[in-house]
Amino acid sequence: MSVIRGRAWLFGDNVDTDVILPGKYLVLTDPNELAKHALEGLVQDFYKKISKGDIIVAGKNFGCGSSREHAPIALKYAGVGAVVAESFSRIFFRNSINIGLPAVISKDARRVIKEKEQISIHLDEGYILRESGEKIPVEGYPEFLLEILKDGGLLQNLKRKFAGMGGVSRTPP
Amino acid sequence: MGMTIAEKILARASGKSKVEPGEYIIGKVDLAMVHDLTGPLTLNVLKEVGYERPWDPEKIVIILDHQVPANSTVTASLHKQLREYADKYGTKFHDVGRQGVCHQILAESYVKPGMLVVGADSHTCTLGALGAFATGIGSTEMASVFLTGKLWFRVPETIRFELKGTLKPGVSAKDIILYIIGKMGVDGALYCATEFTGEGVEGLSVDGRLTLCNMAIEMGGKTGIVNPDVKTLRFTNTEHIESEVLRSDKDAEYHKTMEVALEDLVPQVALPHSVDNVKPVSEVEGVDADQVFIGSCTNGRLEDLEAAAKILKGRKVKAGTRLIVIPASPSIYMEAERRGYIRRFIEAGGVVCNPNCGPCLGGHMGILADGEVCVSTSNRNFVGRMGSPKSKVYLVSPETAATTAVEGKLTDPLKYVRG
Repeated sequence: MSVIRGRAWLFGDNVDTDVILPGKYLVLTDPNELAKHALEGLVQDFYKKISKGDIIVAGKNFGCGSSREHAPIALKYAGVGAVVAESFSRIFFRNSINIGLPAVISKDARRVIKEKEQISIHLDEGYILRESGEKIPVEGYPEFLLEILKDGGLLQNLKRKFAGMGGVSRTPP
Repeated sequence: MGMTIAEKILARASGKSKVEPGEYIIGKVDLAMVHDLTGPLTLNVLKEVGYERPWDPEKIVIILDHQVPANSTVTASLHKQLREYADKYGTKFHDVGRQGVCHQILAESYVKPGMLVVGADSHTCTLGALGAFATGIGSTEMASVFLTGKLWFRVPETIRFELKGTLKPGVSAKDIILYIIGKMGVDGALYCATEFTGEGVEGLSVDGRLTLCNMAIEMGGKTGIVNPDVKTLRFTNTEHIESEVLRSDKDAEYHKTMEVALEDLVPQVALPHSVDNVKPVSEVEGVDADQVFIGSCTNGRLEDLEAAAKILKGRKVKAGTRLIVIPASPSIYMEAERRGYIRRFIEAGGVVCNPNCGPCLGGHMGILADGEVCVSTSNRNFVGRMGSPKSKVYLVSPETAATTAVEGKLTDPLKYVRG
């Protein structure tokens, strides 16, 4: 995995999927349109304010609520490089990795990292590097999840596995 | 050491004799469901993969339920996309006219005890009430399930909620689960299976158990689950396979156990903007309600409509308050009609809409304006959930919702039930 670098955007506990991407936008399927409403419930025009690669650093239970994949998609296309949290809601964690947005568990990051501080995430080595040179440990992934992340998401992973299997028009037997 | 029902189902689905919490397994999925908001993303992923034929069309159920009938050209095209896929590959499909809240449709027609069920909707955990392991997943992951029929799971720890005694009149399953979430917190059961046991659960109808399990996700739970009994088998038409039914062993290991005394329980409300912000209704009575919503995958079932209809009998919805009632499925709608509940809601001054999710997630049929308050039987009260980010949602039982509609302000139903 390559290193993810960006400024830290701090959020609290229990950031839910309805503030990450309000339900009224669920009819949108264009990721770039979804991006315009990312975190609309908490930060107006978040997508204009962040720089590509910036990192969300949050507390407990990030992404709680709905199973909407639109939520991590909106964050990713708004330019978020990764989400670091003390813990994630289970479905958001899976979705985030599946769409190629690293969801990184770190017990200490939210406590020590400062707002807008420049940080870098070194997933292969298992730490976040602060401006001061301090290293904050992050949790590792099981092998098959790391494989999906390295492929850039489950879609790429499936493409690889199902390549050359007959195309979309094949009719059932 | 024995296993919990959740562990047994995951063991069976992965071809193992035993699994333990923390272990990763690949499970064979028995049933996969998408709806009109999550399904199109799944189909888009399949298109990009370049292969879209489902592993087993008989095990895939596509249900229109979030915005039905279509309320815009955008929604209409999502529905069309799903309709065409279902037609082409012969998956199960619930189009307008056979539509309803997806979890209720699955409960009525598809789920059996012991199944491994995944749905592209977080409230899929509802189906654990029928003794299945049922959990929500995302759309891309669902594309993978459509193609392979398999999915990875981390075997969860199980938290047991031992319900003691019986509820008093006017208090229902919604009050139990709100009370539990209030105690556990919105991440109190993160990644865990939540199993409901004891005479309190045995005493509940299948409708009530579905309500309990529905909100497991609101405390972070991976699934809610109830060990099947005679009521489950009758409801799912599986009495003939009683001998194969999986249940938790007596010596199964639980992450923790919480006891809840049902006799002492009073009506509960989750105040804005968090589902664990729970208080007895009696402590916060008097909040003015612009809108009351009775419906959703939490409380749109016959027993819920019955409870509301009893309270509304001979009474009117207070002027200035809007009552919206949405039965969760066509069969519930028809039975409520036959029993006269629908007429009673309309006579009281309410509106009854066709089965679907309605205003629960702010899609249509009762979206809130700035500053408005909705007292709702649904399951989430997050900022902006039902419309304006400046609106507020209070989560309650159908009994509390009905008395609130009559009074025009948040009201404890116990006085109505007694009186």
